Amino acid sequence: MNLFNFTDSVGWLMWVPICPLIAGVFLALLKPSGRVSAFVAIAALAVSLILSLKAFAMTWGHEAQIETHNFTWMHIGGVDLEFGMVLNALTGSMLAMVSLIGLLIFIYSWSYMSHDDRMGRFFCYLSIFMVGMLGLVVANSLLLFFMFWEIVGLASYLLIGFWFQKPSAAAAAKKAFITTRIGDLGFLIGLLWAFKATGTFLLFDNGSGILETTQIAALAASENVMFGMNTAGAIALFLFIGAIGKSGQLPLHVWLPDAMEGPTPVSALIHAATMVAAGVFLVARAFPLFIADLAMLEVVAWFGAFTTLFAALVAVGQYDIKRILAYSTVSQLGLMMVGLGAGGLALKEGGISIGMFHLLTHAFFKALLFLGAGSIIHGCNDEQDVRLMGGVFSKMKISSIAYLAGTIALCAFPFTSGYFSKDQILLSAWTASGPIFWISAIASLLTAFYMTRQCCYVFLGKYRGKGHVHESSPIMTVPLVILAVFAVALGYVSEHFYHILDYLSGVHVHQHESIVVIISWIIALGGIGLGLLVYARAKLGIDETDPVKKVFPVPYRWLENRLYADEFYEATAFKLWDVLAILITVLEAIMNQLVDFVTVVVRNIGSFFLNTIDKRVIDEVSFDGTCSRIYNSSQINKLIQNGFLQGYLRLLTGGAVLIGILLIVFTR
Amino acid sequence: MEITLNHYLILSAVLFTIGLIGALTRRHIIIMLVCLEIMLNAANLNLIAFWHFGPNPILLHGPLFTLFTIAIAATEAALGLALVLAIYRHFKTVDLEQVQDLKE
Repeated sequence: MNLFNFTDSVGWLMWVPICPLIAGVFLALLKPSGRVSAFVAIAALAVSLILSLKAFAMTWGHEAQIETHNFTWMHIGGVDLEFGMVLNALTGSMLAMVSLIGLLIFIYSWSYMSHDDRMGRFFCYLSIFMVGMLGLVVANSLLLFFMFWEIVGLASYLLIGFWFQKPSAAAAAKKAFITTRIGDLGFLIGLLWAFKATGTFLLFDNGSGILETTQIAALAASENVMFGMNTAGAIALFLFIGAIGKSGQLPLHVWLPDAMEGPTPVSALIHAATMVAAGVFLVARAFPLFIADLAMLEVVAWFGAFTTLFAALVAVGQYDIKRILAYSTVSQLGLMMVGLGAGGLALKEGGISIGMFHLLTHAFFKALLFLGAGSIIHGCNDEQDVRLMGGVFSKMKISSIAYLAGTIALCAFPFTSGYFSKDQILLSAWTASGPIFWISAIASLLTAFYMTRQCCYVFLGKYRGKGHVHESSPIMTVPLVILAVFAVALGYVSEHFYHILDYLSGVHVHQHESIVVIISWIIALGGIGLGLLVYARAKLGIDETDPVKKVFPVPYRWLENRLYADEFYEATAFKLWDVLAILITVLEAIMNQLVDFVTVVVRNIGSFFLNTIDKRVIDEVSFDGTCSRIYNSSQINKLIQNGFLQGYLRLLTGGAVLIGILLIVFTR
Repeated sequence: MEITLNHYLILSAVLFTIGLIGALTRRHIIIMLVCLEIMLNAANLNLIAFWHFGPNPILLHGPLFTLFTIAIAATEAALGLALVLAIYRHFKTVDLEQVQDLKE
């Protein structure tokens, strides 16, 4: 294949991940200074952004079209392992979002990390992260998807643990890596199963790819393979386990809040736009498999519903500004899963639109919130506890307004971007399942409530921390403003709004239900109003009890302790590990005994061969024995060979006489 | 008493035995050489005796053979005496008991 073939319909897509790869390798090998590193990384990503926008432009208006470029990577045992790139609406929109937000975060990091003497390395990690993320978006092969997915996992480990001299950061990095690895195992099983069932890794391959109609029909034909689901559903379940790990869904969400130990731009990159979105993107990409079994869609929706409610509850009890945002991310990811699951139940292929639209809008306002939080943390002299902030609004006007823009979008305030996307999710949940709708609605109400609570803590009242609050540099605030415009203004393209939905999945999506719209208005405004009612006039601070805690002391303590999810794992998984460790110790002792026994046996066999065979048979009997026998016989010969002439003559005579006698005897 | 072939043969056997025993037992090298000559002459006597009592005494086969043998014996004696001289010069003795260099 030709890398430089830009006329090929989609072959050039490969350059989207390759540009940051070149930058990453360049930074890793040449180790230029921090400013040069930042420049190289940003320039490379800018090229990717231009290509991504080209991809977006090519797909806009051609939503049903799927273009692929496949090539054989290697040939093993009669099987072609094929890789490829795919260009459809999903790829185009995701690429544009990831590289745009990535670029803004890169620029922001330039300022944020300027005091760090390992800035070059930081940009190297960021570039590698973007390689993985952009790569998995364009991948047209489950295996290639998985490889990029793992690159994302590795880069996230490196970035979360970037300040590894802090023990908590090192622990968080490990936690993130190991927890997501559990999900990755599911993904691996899923992709291998898909390969076994279809004989190909390709997603789209002119009608014979995994996600195309013929294969899906064949996979769906086998009934009751696992838990009453068909093969497509079972494969989808395993892929969903991978998505659970990566996107922080309920059983495996614990890594995500801890991952806040990384630098703030990393939090924004990982938690808002890219890494966690990878799981949702995987579900959206493999959506035909999920649709093939309705039970699987219900699983996705229920997981999402529980996650969104759980995380929204926990966020109410948190004081760390980034941790609140992290739980908010978990909650919103759950909502995306609800969108995919319930949307799939209600609209079939249209479910992709519902989930992905929220993913895209969320990426913008969550990146904005994280970067804004980073700017506020920077301005408040690296304080992260909201109880020690306050009165920030008057000191940091640009950051604060941008942050508030992100907040109202996240609260789904009417006519912001979040309002439209969340509305669609609630609409499809309304159609699909009552309980899921109400759970999502309560979670959305809580979202508005905790965001208002946070803003009251941070912006109102007097400054309660140490030192003076100061506004951040323009390099940090400019990306904030750009993102703020996107966060609010994505909603103002509302006449194109249904167009975007149709674009994302390639099918016509239109749902409307007046009562749901009214409910979502009530949720957003009610949540914000409730928050203001409780917090706006309350006395806040590190010494004051939270107003909610005054009313519900016991449940609030549960929330403060994150509903004991970590403790639960400590009591179950860790204990299990301890038991396994003891078991393994015992096993090892037994193995040691066995090994010792084998050693003794082998040593005895060895000494038998040494003493009996080698020393006795070969040395003493064979070699030495022959030698000594020859020696002994020579002792007799020596007597004859005495050098005495007449002795020889006597023997000669004796011999002659003997011959004579023998002749006489035998010739007679 | 008529002298027959057997008398000659017995005489020859006695002479040969005397020579043989002398060669095997006497220590002096010259005596040993003399004994060798005796054995040779015992053989010559046999040749002459067989010729004399043979079927055709007119052909001088026996004396011819004997003359040849005597000539060879003479050269052998000369060679032997030269060896004796060389041994004597080297070892300063003619006693065979003290000349045991053959084993080396």
